[in-house]
Amino acid sequence: MSMLSAVADREITFAQAVREALAEEMRRDPTVFILGEDVAEAGTPFKVLSGLVEEFGPERVTDTPISEAGFTGIAVGAAMTGLRPVVDIMFGDFLPLAMDQIVNQAAKVHYMSGGKLRAPMVVRTNLGATRRSAAQHSQSLHALLSHIPGLKVVLPSTPYDAKGLLKTAIRDENPVVFFEDKLMFQLKGPVPEGEYTIPFGVADVKRQGTDITLVATSSMVQVALDAARILEKDGISAEVIDPRTTVPLDARTIVESAKKTGRAIVVDEGHERYGVTAEIASVIAEGAFYHLDAPVRRMGAMNVPVPFSPALEDLTVPTGERVAATARALCGRT
Amino acid sequence: MRRTAPRTETQQADTLQGVAREQWLQMYEQMIRIRVFEEQVNELYRSAKMPGLAHLYSGQEASAVGICQALRPDDYITSTHRGHGHCLAKGARVDLMFAELLGKTPGYCRGKGGSMHIADPEAGNLGANAIVGGGAGIATGAALSAKRRGSGQVSVCFFGEGALGQGVLYEVMNMAALWTLPVIYVCENNLYNEYTHYSEVTAGELRARPAAFGIRCAEVDGQDVRAVYATTRRVVEQVRGGEGPAFLISNTYRFFGHHVGDVNRAYYRSKDEEQEWKGQRDPLAIMAGWLTGDGIADVGTLEEIERRARAEVASGVEFALAAPYPDPGEVDQHVYA
Ligand SMILES: Cc1ncc(C[n+]2csc(CCOP(=O)(O)OP(=O)(O)O)c2C)c(N)n1
Repeated sequence: MSMLSAVADREITFAQAVREALAEEMRRDPTVFILGEDVAEAGTPFKVLSGLVEEFGPERVTDTPISEAGFTGIAVGAAMTGLRPVVDIMFGDFLPLAMDQIVNQAAKVHYMSGGKLRAPMVVRTNLGATRRSAAQHSQSLHALLSHIPGLKVVLPSTPYDAKGLLKTAIRDENPVVFFEDKLMFQLKGPVPEGEYTIPFGVADVKRQGTDITLVATSSMVQVALDAARILEKDGISAEVIDPRTTVPLDARTIVESAKKTGRAIVVDEGHERYGVTAEIASVIAEGAFYHLDAPVRRMGAMNVPVPFSPALEDLTVPTGERVAATARALCGRT
Repeated sequence: MRRTAPRTETQQADTLQGVAREQWLQMYEQMIRIRVFEEQVNELYRSAKMPGLAHLYSGQEASAVGICQALRPDDYITSTHRGHGHCLAKGARVDLMFAELLGKTPGYCRGKGGSMHIADPEAGNLGANAIVGGGAGIATGAALSAKRRGSGQVSVCFFGEGALGQGVLYEVMNMAALWTLPVIYVCENNLYNEYTHYSEVTAGELRARPAAFGIRCAEVDGQDVRAVYATTRRVVEQVRGGEGPAFLISNTYRFFGHHVGDVNRAYYRSKDEEQEWKGQRDPLAIMAGWLTGDGIADVGTLEEIERRARAEVASGVEFALAAPYPDPGEVDQHVYA
């Protein structure tokens, strides 16, 4: 748990934290506005934005048609000309519909113009399976976005991080893709009343340990913490590190931890292959090679579309038990 | 040149001649089967026996049934997140549908798809789709294929008016018109995209959109299966005859929420409006009214049909509840063909 969040004297949900960040930034900066499907009266299907249209009006909390490519493109243009749009992509699975606007337009305009143009915008969306929503409503596609130079990618795992990181995202001069875990919206955690931001590229040590490093993102942070609790009973001390942003990535904190413990597992809900886990595992391998006592392990979602049946879906994502079992094996305690 | 702009169907009487009593009763049975099927879906949700959510088609039955009745068994359809009605009307079995909704092995997709992804290629159903507008390319591609193969099949692309927001729809309509493809775009306008009235997010006239591509458009009262069937039959004939794509607007209403969990909905649509549609525009009541009024069937016959549908649905649920979940080894099967 972060030092700052530990001293907060109130607890709010992840959804409330996101809403507060938006409300505060919209009060602070009149150019910030929200664009997306069912964002106004409905406040999104997850009710994350409830109440914002009442305060800021439909000019700044604007319902769009079901036109992801169109309204994301409009956001790019608005961002290039003085506004700060926060686009709402209802499910991360719908990012591919807006991919050209994000990847070919927003991400490249600053570079291609030799630094003359910029697109300061946020794309808020979500990730995460095990909601029994099948293959087109369950994906975790943040690795696709993390691959693209010009984009920053944020993966908060607590209400505290969500609020501080979203405020930073809105103030950033670049396109930022902000992934929220659907299963986390009702999760409560300490969030101070006062103003704060969290810089990008600074990992958070969610738990300190000495025997093995578990690097975990977003939805997998709770899984890694579960694993750490299980391992504690076996006398294994696990350190849990949450990078919080995949771009920029705080390689130093991750590598230092791996050097200290000599063992590392990277856990992320994206598909395992060509994913965030592969990237971070190679960062560790490159930076901590001479300190490692075991190969770095990746644990991601299986390389299959997310199945609907609960009997299958639960097999596809890492669990605390499975991470703990892998950790035990790495520590030579099978 | 004749305006390709649409008009409301007025030729019911002509085109309906020659429809046998059995066929009307079959349509009634299909409609009531969908209604009762979904009552059970809602029940399975409320009793926490169904994983996830489902989007009920109740209230729109005449649309799927009237349209699919005008198709050949080998004609194609693509469906949507609100697809139970389309799948059943095109020939899916109740028991295998329930099995899929519960994530069980005998389900249409071996439990891998669930409510929003029922695919039943043997009945011409190329899949329901959880991406709004997701069927547009597929249906148009199936039409291209049918034309190339000279199979005489037509392809029906079902979508809600919300899909009018998706650019891909206009890209494929343009190509379908250019290449005179045998595809029918069916826009089921139930007035709401999730929690937003369509008029708040849809500019201009719906009918002007197909008109821009020179695509013929018809508009029907989607609560009256006679109107839907008559119009579709004529449209299908033209499309199958090589006249190119068509667009059909079916005006309808969903009786329940956007999905089974959407129960507090007064903030986006009034109880009065719902009551009016349920009380006066129920496709089953409308059909029962004219079947009995015109002496095609008596009340007893309709009750018998309903009993049969209820029995079929009850045994379908029982079958699905008892069916096994997929074996863990299934999880990485079918990723590649
Ligand atoms: C591309 C895409 N964007 C958003 C959604 C979320 N969503 C699911 S259904 C729906 C509304 C669809 O309205 P409509 O097409 O009219 O169909 P209806 O639900 O009214 O049958 C939305 C926005 C989605 N599934 N796909």
